[in-house]
Amino acid sequence: MVEVPRERGLLQIVGLILARELRLAVRHWDQIAQPLIFFVVVTTLFPLAISPSLSELRNIAPGVVWVAAMLASLLSLESLFRPDVEDGVIEQWALSGQPLPLLLLSKTVTHWLFAGLPLVIMAPVVGTALGLPMSVWPVLAGSLALGTGCLSLLGGIGAALTVAVRRGSVLLALLVLPLEMPVLIFGARAVDLAMHGEAVAGPLNLLAAVLLLCLALAPFAMSAAMRISIE
Amino acid sequence: MWLWFYKLASPPYAYAVAAKLRPWLLWSAVILMAIAAYGGLVMAPMDYQQKDAFRIIYVHVPTATLSLTVYIVLAVSAGIGLIWRIKLAHAVAAACAPIGAWFTVLALATGSIWGKPMWGTWWEWDPRLTSELIQLFLYLGYMALRSSFDDTQRADRASAILAIVGVVNVPVVKYSVVWWNSLHQGPSISLTRESTITGSMLWPLLLMLLAFMLYFAAVLCDRIRAEILKRERNASWLNAAVETTAARA
Repeated sequence: MVEVPRERGLLQIVGLILARELRLAVRHWDQIAQPLIFFVVVTTLFPLAISPSLSELRNIAPGVVWVAAMLASLLSLESLFRPDVEDGVIEQWALSGQPLPLLLLSKTVTHWLFAGLPLVIMAPVVGTALGLPMSVWPVLAGSLALGTGCLSLLGGIGAALTVAVRRGSVLLALLVLPLEMPVLIFGARAVDLAMHGEAVAGPLNLLAAVLLLCLALAPFAMSAAMRISIE
Repeated sequence: MWLWFYKLASPPYAYAVAAKLRPWLLWSAVILMAIAAYGGLVMAPMDYQQKDAFRIIYVHVPTATLSLTVYIVLAVSAGIGLIWRIKLAHAVAAACAPIGAWFTVLALATGSIWGKPMWGTWWEWDPRLTSELIQLFLYLGYMALRSSFDDTQRADRASAILAIVGVVNVPVVKYSVVWWNSLHQGPSISLTRESTITGSMLWPLLLMLLAFMLYFAAVLCDRIRAEILKRERNASWLNAAVETTAARA
């Protein structure tokens, strides 16, 4: 047996997880597409329910896009850990002696690439349909890029807690949405400020701070919750 | 030094202690509440801006303070239970949740009744109010997660993690009136600065706060006993304890 240096070993493992997740995601592309379609469908409801006039829609567009993105991200959380817990992959991770927080973090990051990033890309299109001016695109995409990262990490804690619960999806929403509300407030506020031509650095900085905090702490909460769920 | 702590962590001992403490806590709470109510509703002068409407402060501030304090008690006991694996600490956390949720509901309700004459609206999407509402959702989520496990030990530990994560909301509620330009008035009482509320209005408020804390402790004793009854229902000491109380009655 050749002794593998620990540093390289960890990076290799992260790489292996990323590769596995990417392969799985490409094979189950419908699971990526569904939350995205949901995002578009939900935003379509608002013009039908409120008013088709763009000048009216414009005022609520930042909030609508953000709420829809939040719900779509919530919807995709169901598939974050459940399949791997059901077929025992995560149990093997927990037994492997490798740091479980890191493994779960890499899984969440890949999940974000398929659940969060498409929303970020799609949002300007949806926003334009609701009357958001093109000048808001960078802020909308930027706030969603930071925000969906927070949503994936916070949602990961909730998903790990509820993965062993039967019919956990309503419970998951109940647990995760209150925790995610600050993210929604800052995100929608940034877009709203940008639309009125004001400085957006404040809420964006706060979003970035929340993201860093989540990146630092959420993996440990996730792993503690996962150990309880799979025992 | 830690002996009392270990002793208290044993369910039979805690069950007995809670039963002994309860009447003392409850009666002192009732007496203090009566004095504070007289002081606040009769003796304290009228507010020059808010007239008599300000007197709801004597219910609103204690309930709002407790909605946060109870959550801290909940999260700390959940943390103790998670780290040192003390079953009783989990029982305390479980007992705190419904009490805290009710205090939050009361804080929101009394605030809303106060808001109607003062702000002209029952509800305002203001940072303080919104974050207090989120606090209520956290309590509800905590209880929902707890009830979704059949196994008590797993419910204990899973909900403990949620409780600890939820602590981030407590400072947000507490400082929301300082951080954001809020419709809700700023704090009038402070430990470090001189309070902006006059003495004859202040002492009933502080007394009422103390009375509510004692009341919380009394209700907590009851609920802890109920939790212990539920969790230790198969233990022999419990049957003996219940029989002696039944014999005495």
